[in-house]
Amino acid sequence: MLDLKAASIAANRFGFGARPGELDAIAKDPRGWLTRQLAGEAPQAADAPIWPAQLAGFLQAQREKKADIDAAKMMRKALQQEFRGAAAKRTIDAANSATPFRERLVQFWSNHFTVSIQRAVVVPAAIGFENEAIRPNILGNFRDLLKAVAAHPAMLLYLDNAGSVGPNSAGGLKNKRGLNENLAREMMELHTVGVDGGYSQTDVTELARILTGWSIAGEHEPGPGRFRYRPMVHEPGSKTVMGKTYPEAGRDEAVAVMNDLAARPATACHIATKLARHFIADDPPKPAVDALARTYLETDGDLHAVSLTLIGLPQIWAEPLPKVKTPNDLVISACRSLGIADVQAGEMLLMGLRQMDQAPFAAPSPAGWPDTADSWISPEAMMTRVEWAMAVGQKLGSQADARDVAKATIQPVASQTTLFHIDHAPSAAEALALLIASPEFQRR
Amino acid sequence: MPFDNIILPRRAFLSGVGAAALAAGLPRAVLADAPTDKRFILIILRGAMDGLNVVPPYGDKDYAALRGQIALAKPGETDGAFDLDGFFGLHPALAEIAPWYKEGALLPIQAVASPYRDRSHFDGQDLLENGTLSPRNTDSGWLNRALTALGNRNGGASDRRIGLAVGQAIPLVLRGPTQVASWAPTHMPEANDSFLTLVQAVYQGDQRLSAALADGIRATAAADQAIGTGNARMANAGMAEPDDARPDPYKAQRALADAAGKMLADPNGPRIAAFDAQGWDTHAAQGGAKGRLANALGGLQASLVSLRGALGPAWKDTVVMMATEFGRTAHINGTNGTDHGTGTVTLLAGGAVAGGKVLGQWPGLGEGQLYQSRDLMPTTDLRSVMKTVLYEHLRLPADKLDSFVFPNSGDARVMKGIVA
Repeated sequence: MLDLKAASIAANRFGFGARPGELDAIAKDPRGWLTRQLAGEAPQAADAPIWPAQLAGFLQAQREKKADIDAAKMMRKALQQEFRGAAAKRTIDAANSATPFRERLVQFWSNHFTVSIQRAVVVPAAIGFENEAIRPNILGNFRDLLKAVAAHPAMLLYLDNAGSVGPNSAGGLKNKRGLNENLAREMMELHTVGVDGGYSQTDVTELARILTGWSIAGEHEPGPGRFRYRPMVHEPGSKTVMGKTYPEAGRDEAVAVMNDLAARPATACHIATKLARHFIADDPPKPAVDALARTYLETDGDLHAVSLTLIGLPQIWAEPLPKVKTPNDLVISACRSLGIADVQAGEMLLMGLRQMDQAPFAAPSPAGWPDTADSWISPEAMMTRVEWAMAVGQKLGSQADARDVAKATIQPVASQTTLFHIDHAPSAAEALALLIASPEFQRR
Repeated sequence: MPFDNIILPRRAFLSGVGAAALAAGLPRAVLADAPTDKRFILIILRGAMDGLNVVPPYGDKDYAALRGQIALAKPGETDGAFDLDGFFGLHPALAEIAPWYKEGALLPIQAVASPYRDRSHFDGQDLLENGTLSPRNTDSGWLNRALTALGNRNGGASDRRIGLAVGQAIPLVLRGPTQVASWAPTHMPEANDSFLTLVQAVYQGDQRLSAALADGIRATAAADQAIGTGNARMANAGMAEPDDARPDPYKAQRALADAAGKMLADPNGPRIAAFDAQGWDTHAAQGGAKGRLANALGGLQASLVSLRGALGPAWKDTVVMMATEFGRTAHINGTNGTDHGTGTVTLLAGGAVAGGKVLGQWPGLGEGQLYQSRDLMPTTDLRSVMKTVLYEHLRLPADKLDSFVFPNSGDARVMKGIVA
């Protein structure tokens, strides 16, 4: 029997909605459709790489900007342009993905470990960060994901660890430089145990000491723009984090402490809560959080197992539309339902990301984009959504029959009122705009 | 008929015929008297502003050594601070508003902190906005509760929105049971009335979306009227140009503050507004006279100058408060920046401020004088400053302050010498 309602839930809650014709196929086996997306090898990195040489050059240009300010500016502009192109392609690729659940997980973890182009230095590294540190690790072990993130140039630059120096290291004593505790703090507060995870200021400072030396190669070093461990600036001696002492072990200290942070119950709880909030409801039901945390602890942080637990939760299949889509998910799902195949065709839709205040990789802080309707549905933001929907209708209403699109996307969960007004809208443009603005399309 | 369900004819406000026409088209409730004619603007400096370099204690014997490369030079020296009182200076990036100090329209209070003593941005901001003693324990903000205490309740004769959130989202400080208006500039064409009517129809079954839309329609109409451009949502350009090729790096801040100021200046407009200023988390390359902190101050200054211009005669009744979640380490860190700290400066500006002096008890920067041997020791509770402004400027009833607006804040006393 076809279960179109379950198909709609699977497509929306775990993906970016349905493509035309896709719902019927999903309806044959909604859970199987999701499970199959998680099987198989880790996906290859998409073809937008980190730009390591450019990154090193960028850093160099920043240092030398007094000498050649115009060249530095031009380089910055070129990198920004390249970034925008790659970011637009990322959005369109997500909309056309054959494994949208996987893509949602990529974006979830990318947001959990936010790097933001609000720091200009992140621009050349942001896309590479997602493709290299996040994408290959979303179904592996959390501790591997954590370590890949902490070793990536984008994170080392965004949270300032690249320049952090052990005050008693050879480099520290010589140049009178010292610690920067930004990455250490956010690693505990945001990435692992959470703000109530039981650490103190001393633990933050000790972790910052451990992380000294995790840095980036410059333009004239081997592997420019890539991770480089600098023993000369690593703070010597043993350090104690959250009650455990780590003997001096150079680069490996950070690996050991991250393995331990990943194994903490507080980390399991923090991750489980965020996953449940993202995929289930703004106020995540406690049984769901507990089940996810339990799987995390029982499997030692196996994210494939945690993701399978997620789709098996009874709460998932109970109610179709509990969450309001973020602008990012709204734009991607509109592209998907309208069959936008490339950046050029989607240009107008993509502008919505900036207009609705969620440009790719531009989160306002290391905490990433918020994940509750409270943060996205102010009166002002609601107006912007409706105006964007109208602009989409004006642009594409003559090409796509809104009634067909409605049938292929929201129909199984749509109210009679919504379908009636789409049917009876005064123009094709308004019919399509109404579909995009409808609660059934704005929610997931 | 509940007011939320009324669709305002948005185009009616574009004709520029002014307040009389506006009054004719609106339910009487909208023009109910405001509970105050004073203006209050809260600017939340998200990211932890380094008070030790915004109002540098250049006269303190330990300041220069602690700050190393990012220490500001003394007044009179190259790139030096502006002198305030022979001990404290003002960051040189604030050149345009330095004269406000002399005229009494700028008041720094040093060594201030909220009750929050840990160092998470997110919890620190949460507590700064929720006005309680711990983060994440309430869904309402102190400024929203202040609106309630002022008598701006929902429904009936006081249905007028006194509070205004400037920006895409309503910050926690303005969230709560009392409805506030919200406004931000966008680039998109306006949705027309007939389409909005259709959208309202399909939102009937969705309480959350329909309430937000009704509010958005109303706020846009009011903003159109106040700004007088005929189209407030198109008023701004440059909000989203990220690169540094812009001729004016602070264009977005100016546009936002200008619009907010105009709305607040409108006699029938809001009285109390809040918006954010970013760029304060200076872990690296903080700089002295130039650098990341100077850039952030440039943006803040642009906002203040635009606000003052747009407020016009209402500036004399205005208090602008700039508050941040906590300060930064007294010591420069290893990357020419500063890490998360505790005590910092709070700045007040406006014609209703008793400025021209630096308030706050100075704890010193020497051995044993720092908080946990690393941060400026806070000597003034930020809530005292907030309470003083609410009590003396907005005339909030005293009995509401200690319990309802700021629960358990009896020990954070109202201060003297803040409001003119």
